[in-house]
Amino acid sequence: MTGQRTAYVRARLLDPATGLDVPGSVLVQDGKILDVGPRLFNDGVPGDVVEVNCARLALAPGLIDMHVFTGEPGAEHDETLATAGRAAAAGGVTTIVTMPNTNPVIDQVALVEFVDRRARNTALVRFLPAAAATKGLAGKEMTEFGLLQEAGAVCFTDGDRPIPDARIMRRLLSYATNFDALIVQICEDPSLGSGVVNAGETATRLGLAGIPSYAETILVERDMRLVAATGGRWHGAHLSTADAIDVVRRWKARGLRISCGAAPFNFALNETAIGEYRTFAKTRPPLRDEADRKAVVEGLRDGTIDVISSAHCPRDPESKRLPFGQAAFGAVGLETLLPLTLELFHNGSAPLLDMLAKLTINPARLLGLDSGRLAAGAPADLVLFDLDAPWIVDGSKLRSKAKNTPFDGRPVQGHVVRTVVGGRAVFERKREG
Amino acid sequence: MNAVENAPLPFFPHRHLLGIEGLSPADIVMLLDRAEAHVEQNRQVDKKSQVLRGRTLINLFFENSTRTRTSFELAGQRLGADVINMSVDTSSVKKGETLIDTAMTLNAMNPDLLVVRHADSGAVELLARKVDGSVLNAGDGQHEHPTQALLDALTIRRRKGHLAGLIVAICGDILHSRVARSNIYLLNAMGARVRLVAPPTLLPSAIDRFGVEVHHDMRKGLDGCDIVMMLRLQTERMQGGFIPSLREYYRFWGLDADKLKAAKPDALIMHPGPMNRGVEIDTEVADDIHRSVIREQVEMGVAVRMACLELLAQHRPNRSGQIGGRPLEGRA
Repeated sequence: MTGQRTAYVRARLLDPATGLDVPGSVLVQDGKILDVGPRLFNDGVPGDVVEVNCARLALAPGLIDMHVFTGEPGAEHDETLATAGRAAAAGGVTTIVTMPNTNPVIDQVALVEFVDRRARNTALVRFLPAAAATKGLAGKEMTEFGLLQEAGAVCFTDGDRPIPDARIMRRLLSYATNFDALIVQICEDPSLGSGVVNAGETATRLGLAGIPSYAETILVERDMRLVAATGGRWHGAHLSTADAIDVVRRWKARGLRISCGAAPFNFALNETAIGEYRTFAKTRPPLRDEADRKAVVEGLRDGTIDVISSAHCPRDPESKRLPFGQAAFGAVGLETLLPLTLELFHNGSAPLLDMLAKLTINPARLLGLDSGRLAAGAPADLVLFDLDAPWIVDGSKLRSKAKNTPFDGRPVQGHVVRTVVGGRAVFERKREG
Repeated sequence: MNAVENAPLPFFPHRHLLGIEGLSPADIVMLLDRAEAHVEQNRQVDKKSQVLRGRTLINLFFENSTRTRTSFELAGQRLGADVINMSVDTSSVKKGETLIDTAMTLNAMNPDLLVVRHADSGAVELLARKVDGSVLNAGDGQHEHPTQALLDALTIRRRKGHLAGLIVAICGDILHSRVARSNIYLLNAMGARVRLVAPPTLLPSAIDRFGVEVHHDMRKGLDGCDIVMMLRLQTERMQGGFIPSLREYYRFWGLDADKLKAAKPDALIMHPGPMNRGVEIDTEVADDIHRSVIREQVEMGVAVRMACLELLAQHRPNRSGQIGGRPLEGRA
């Protein structure tokens, strides 16, 4: 038995995997893409196929967000898998990689299975757990990479904290080669990272402890040597400084199996967004100065930075309504990931497909997923969006349980109209006009 | 009624006093002029006026302080306000009450003026957003301590007649000092030349962008200066070893008679207190009656805080649109 067929017709097809950018159609059946192309349905759609008119809209593979914190298990008041799923669906994100920084920490097979099962039962989009790289995120003993990978862990990371010890990191990278597992590192030397904002003029003016940019550079430099020595696969979660990006650029040229990501707040904002102690702008990595922000944009443009991920980090209001030094780090980002990425295209910084690749095919390849592309046989994970539609980010209207966005009030372009996961529409926005 | 009470009150265009950054030179002069008028009154037997009669002033101190709290308390009482002191120790924070809860609770008691000290930078600003009265920052973390900078300026101005063109060397633990930041803003705004003298580990990042000259060598830093402003070494914030020992610090950055020779012969010695004698300042220098104005700074503190309180109180005029018994200048 085969199920209902659905045709998305008259769309602007955007497939970064093949460089396709043409008007055309996509045919979906049984949760998979059956066919795709510019000439599909040139003679009209057969009567037994449900037709979705995508005129004036772009159709791209659903977004894959490689770095998302949720509160489940343990901090459901911040975010549950269900609320994160709703936010993701509204943002066009069809696959989320969840960080292991929960309570309990996701460092055992049973917990990976729990997240997987719980997400299947409650959430609208696909959740792929990242497992802790070290037990209890303590940075000391490695977790069971092989068994965790079999259970569904897609990568290994301590989520929001670096692996501080070089000897441990070397072992992780080395052991991971046996399973071709990806180690995702948080790039900040912890002994230099005790501050709360970027070190420099803003920190000094506000009287806040600074995190120097070289805290990032030092850890990346160190890790590059360890990757070179072990042959491991390394991904720097979010790079925020010109120097660190430069280090990755140089080592990529030498053929290491490395990749890195950036978060929208590091290319769309600089430290001036903190203003007078706005705790919603307290992020990790911290908002940097304008030269670093421009370097992140350049890293995205020239391909040094492979992935854009939201670093979505929901925080309940109480943890942000505190003096800046005491307030929690983190910003939500699932619902603003697409428009902030499109901003790079709209403001002429980079080509559209190159930027979309960082949300689709690039993370898919790093994680070994068959999604992230518009190809026959691939999962029917799609985002239909109005590329140009202007709107203003309103923190209070976010679907995420927590509303801690530093982008409140920001005018953006690009609105998700429909999000499809496995052929099923999980989000639909009424079109205006 | 005394002379100060009868003088018309100029209009101060800020509801809160959270820092010196953001004040114009005219604002600063207004505060200093007004404070000047209180100095004489404070030396009389009858020190009390009724300018703030009926007003409630709450001193809210989240961090221990004796001198600043006492100074604000006296300032409020001498202006006729009802003054309440609240010391919020860390235990009530541990009970779970947040800064904002505390602010809302106090706000419900309708204070007109809130004087706040807190160990976190920005905490006073956060609190100010939640209350209806005027908030005075009595020191927040490593951010600002505006009344200290104002009282320093008043002390200098009374001794030297002006601020513009003076060379002021601020020496010591700049990194942890809110006093230094407020003084840098104020002195720059008033046209003085600011030098910072400190070991490299006690200077904040990018401080050279704040319109100051940075020195590590104390004699070079003091060379030809008009004012030597010493800072307290904040040993309680010194985890991580910013300096190897107190004796080495004293040897290279402590103010003694020998290093003082580099400054102008009539240079004034200042210190915001409390002093670590024998650490950042030699006892003889601190007590030199010809050069040290440290006790005068304390006296000016009360006058400056009186000026701040009464100028801010304008933002909540009484029922007849008046502060005390006098109509506001320039307002109906």
